[in-house]
Amino acid sequence: MSAVETEVREGVDRETVETVQAMGGKYKYGWETEIEMDYAPKGVNESIVRLISEKNGEPEWMTDWRMQAFKRWKLMAEPEWAMVHYPPIDYQDQYYYAKPKSMAEKPKSLDEVDPKLLATYEKLGIPLKEQMILAGVEGADEAPAEGRKVAVDAVFDSVSVGTTFQKELEEAGVIFCSISEAIQKHPELVKKYLGSVVPITDNFFATLNSAVFSDGSFVYVPPGVRCPMELSTYFRINAENTGQFERTLIIADKGSYVSYLEGCTAPQRDTHQLHAAVVELVALEDAEIKYSTVQNWYPGDEEGRGGIYNFVTKRADCRGDRSKVMWTQVETGSAITWKYPSCILRGNDSQGEFYSIAIANNMQQADTGTKMVHLGKNTKSRIVSKGISAGKAQNTYRGLVSMHPKAKNGRNYTQCDSLLIGDQCGAHTVPYIEVKNNSARVEHEATTSKVDDDQLFYCRQRGMDEEQAVALVVNGFCKEVLQALPMEFAMEAQQLVAISLEGSVG
Amino acid sequence: MAAPAVKQDPLEARLSTLSAPKGAAWAEEARAEARSRLAASGLPGRRDEYWKFTDPTSLNQPDAPRAAVFATDEAMPFSDVDRLKIVFVDGVFDAEASDDLSMAGVEIERLSDALNRDIHWARDLFGVLEERGQTPVVRPHAALNTAFASDGIVIHATGRAPKPISLIYLHKSEASDAMLHHLVKVEPGAEVTVLENGPAAARFSKVTEVEVADTGRFHHVRAQGRDHERRASTHMFARLGANATYKSFTLTVNGVLTRNEQVVELVGDDSTVHIAGAAVGDAAYGAFHHDDTVFVTHDAVNCESRQVFKKVMRNGAEGVFQGKILVKPDAQKTDGYQISQSLLLDDDSVFQAKPELEIYADDVQCSHGSTTGAIDEDALFYLRSRGVPEDIATDLMVLAFLAEAIEEIEDEGLRADILARLQGWLDRRRG
Repeated sequence: MSAVETEVREGVDRETVETVQAMGGKYKYGWETEIEMDYAPKGVNESIVRLISEKNGEPEWMTDWRMQAFKRWKLMAEPEWAMVHYPPIDYQDQYYYAKPKSMAEKPKSLDEVDPKLLATYEKLGIPLKEQMILAGVEGADEAPAEGRKVAVDAVFDSVSVGTTFQKELEEAGVIFCSISEAIQKHPELVKKYLGSVVPITDNFFATLNSAVFSDGSFVYVPPGVRCPMELSTYFRINAENTGQFERTLIIADKGSYVSYLEGCTAPQRDTHQLHAAVVELVALEDAEIKYSTVQNWYPGDEEGRGGIYNFVTKRADCRGDRSKVMWTQVETGSAITWKYPSCILRGNDSQGEFYSIAIANNMQQADTGTKMVHLGKNTKSRIVSKGISAGKAQNTYRGLVSMHPKAKNGRNYTQCDSLLIGDQCGAHTVPYIEVKNNSARVEHEATTSKVDDDQLFYCRQRGMDEEQAVALVVNGFCKEVLQALPMEFAMEAQQLVAISLEGSVG
Repeated sequence: MAAPAVKQDPLEARLSTLSAPKGAAWAEEARAEARSRLAASGLPGRRDEYWKFTDPTSLNQPDAPRAAVFATDEAMPFSDVDRLKIVFVDGVFDAEASDDLSMAGVEIERLSDALNRDIHWARDLFGVLEERGQTPVVRPHAALNTAFASDGIVIHATGRAPKPISLIYLHKSEASDAMLHHLVKVEPGAEVTVLENGPAAARFSKVTEVEVADTGRFHHVRAQGRDHERRASTHMFARLGANATYKSFTLTVNGVLTRNEQVVELVGDDSTVHIAGAAVGDAAYGAFHHDDTVFVTHDAVNCESRQVFKKVMRNGAEGVFQGKILVKPDAQKTDGYQISQSLLLDDDSVFQAKPELEIYADDVQCSHGSTTGAIDEDALFYLRSRGVPEDIATDLMVLAFLAEAIEEIEDEGLRADILARLQGWLDRRRG
């Protein structure tokens, strides 16, 4: 028997203990790529901020922007309101910039990219090169593609290593590139929108990001264009003691549509690593953005050693009338998740949706949710959050629904369900509801329970073993959110849900 | 450190107008401890998480803002109920207006008398539950009350009280700043009902500490209201043993600011706690801000908790609900339920809610719901198409909406009394 002595009652709890023990080996992406890196000195100060800006060859206005953020950040205090506990982070004991040496000269195309890097992504199941070749081959468009095509921007530690399908996207008028490239090539767009949703003064982590972000993705979909394929960014933290600070900016111009996927993994290490990203979405009139995340950063081992500290600011501005933003997230990784993808429903008749599955196992702590700020008339929002806690994990839903006085006929529906597996974990719900006009209708529902014995009994009666039965019940519990994911991610997410909970149930 | 203070610290300013009451050594010690709790926490500010929706400034300031005494010939609530009356005028016990304090099954005395005795059971209760209620969230106004309240009532229920104990709070001075501190101890198998009503003072601070032993039963029905300009900050701290019952209902009408906090801890198995509230606010007669803050902690097996809060707001009235169910590890088989609903009758009214769940045990059923909206137009149309005038139809729907909370009152007579209050209030507004 291991050190983990839990009260072993029948069924669920013994299995929980086993999972707690078994989970250590379950993380599939815990390996590390040996690659020569170019680091900036440890710590953050004005010269590091300047250095990052310089390394990216940024114009002066960008450097000034960063400096402004950094000045502000020095005055700010780390937020303490979230239900997460961790030893103080030494912000001077991290690298803020790490770049594969082979990327010193930016490769012209993926063919010039270090094969080691490409191999890394292949191992993660993201075939950059093949797709590129497929895209590069003449007449590839007519060739029956296997499944749907997805354009990928891959970010390795601090830099973007390559973006696929650029040509095809260009033909459609869609700009999809790394943010560093966008600053060079499309300064007018970046200047106009960067920081317009998440200002540099927003919060501690977002402000730090504004000062030191090194790369990320940029998307611009011109008016009336329906982006011909799913866009995707794949984030990989590899280097040790390195914080990753990516910045994503997506602009959907009038009447356009884009679906964007995001995936994240990191190696298995004993030390914690910081990840503080900012994502800004702007939807203009009649535009629609779907943003899906499968977050699978290394969660740490069963004792809580290692794992990523994930402090992320994600916000969408539904600026135009009838615009629509849909956030879908599957949060299974990270030692700590602090993340609230939000929608500012500014345009009349605009819509915001938030679908989330958050799974916390072992020593993981998740404090996640959303904010729906209704400013325009007839704005609608829908929140479906499913939290699953197992092991010794703590899982919190924290959300805000705000109906401003001018948000006539605003409508919100919120449903938060928590499932507890094992008697040592916690599930919490902290919703804020602010209604300032009476034509708005706001409904909030939350439940917390364990896997229902009657349902289990029913399944077992019909010959399923306990594990199958619980898997079925949990799958049913998450179904509403899984259905909201694009095909590509739905499969991965379903497997992730199974892996994250394997053995802990039933 | 030596820099001259430009602005006096709000706590210092508040304390400068107060003097510590005298009592037995243990009582003075309890008050000193409350003062140090207060010194550590300071007074709440707008930036405090638990004061996000309610501005505590007028509760903090040294002098009570003036409040006109509302002239009305309307009978006080519970007038028709057979009860033992205890009257306080502007926070001071009025022996003449009160009934004789002796009654079968209960011992009743004044707080100052109990706190002057060297040996008294109150030692184990006075300030004790208030202190327990300070974590995880500080409640500075309650500590202030423990430290400085000199009057109040001490109830020791040893059997079944034959009739309710009715605390009547009269308001006569426009500048009165009242503080009352009550203690209630319910012995095993004993049962007592406490009624409270009246505006009390221009500013009223009240703490009640209730200890319910195994199989004890405590009922509480309160009608707050009358004066439009009154302010109140009340706290009920309760602890329940096994198989015990605590049921509390509050009706609030009128009042520029009311903050009602209830902090209940279930430490014995198989206990039941029901907390309900109905508030109707009409800011046409002066501002109305009503805040219910509830914290229920399950620390035992197989307990049931229910929170039912309903608010109807009009003409810019503001309603707040902050509720929490905390289920500690091992508090298995918990059944926790919480509902907060608000009906906004016009565009200026506001409802803000934060219904929280914090759960550390797996074999539990906990749920909460919160809704806000306008009156159902279809239902209104249905009533009007059958000849019911709009204002009466609206009132009918308001009553139907509040019914779920009012039904939480177990005693039929008290329920009818509360319903009559509410009906009267609605009728007066209809003119």
